[in-house]
Amino acid sequence: MYELVAFYLFSALTIGLFSVTVMSKNILYAMTSLAAGMVLISGFFFILGADFLGVVQLIVYVGAIMALYAFAMMFFDATKDIKENNTNSPLVFLLGGMSALLLILMFVGLQQANLANPDAIQALYPMTEGVGNAQDVGMVLFTKFLIPFEVAALMLLVAMISGILLAGKKMDNSLTEDVAADDEIMIVKDEK
Amino acid sequence: MIGLSHYLIVSAIIFSIGLVGVLRRRNLLMLFFATEVMLNGVNIAFAAISHYYNDLTGQMFAFFIIAIAASEVAVGLGILIVLYKKYGSLDLDDLANMRG
Repeated sequence: MYELVAFYLFSALTIGLFSVTVMSKNILYAMTSLAAGMVLISGFFFILGADFLGVVQLIVYVGAIMALYAFAMMFFDATKDIKENNTNSPLVFLLGGMSALLLILMFVGLQQANLANPDAIQALYPMTEGVGNAQDVGMVLFTKFLIPFEVAALMLLVAMISGILLAGKKMDNSLTEDVAADDEIMIVKDEK
Repeated sequence: MIGLSHYLIVSAIIFSIGLVGVLRRRNLLMLFFATEVMLNGVNIAFAAISHYYNDLTGQMFAFFIIAIAASEVAVGLGILIVLYKKYGSLDLDDLANMRG
């Protein structure tokens, strides 16, 4: 009963909030509704029993990514409405609706195939009985998915370095070839 | 009772909202927001399938999607800041300078 109410509440709210994100003219409104929608999506994860995923969603998406966007807002003028000539043609909405219909048909086909032959889809890494979700995730992540985990860590490191390089001050001119930068470094050294 | 199809339908609707955003937006920052919406829709589908088939693989994929989204935002926002410094705008129509 509670699951029913929670599901319909969360789905209505997320769809509404994400529509605001996509349709709004104001960057601040779009960002706020995106953050609120992400919080509600973590609610979906909690009612699905994926506790650890819900916590990661809250920490990484709502905490880190939205904070990053909020910092980037300082560089852009976020308070005034953005002027953009959106392609508001009915074709866009038609394509969106058609893709939604196509995805739903694909899922329905999957369900039908599964009902006809329930043993066709077997769990690759089944959940362990009597073990919490976080522990279960940890056991699978550090045994079966260790290499993708390490590659993801390396990718995050590369992303961090490139973020520093792109957004940092004076990072766009070379420190070894540019004469002005050389002089500046010398001046800084002299001051020390 | 809520079945797997309910979650999959919600995730398809959210993904399509993001797709409409990607198709109609001209501001790069708003395009980023629309991409985040699409990634979140996919994550719901992964978590729901993981729950109903009693399989952890879906949750693993959702974790890696979150990691990829985080690095995408870090690099993308850096590029956006550089573009904004250079052109003073994030509109795709202003940035199109390879028109023949």
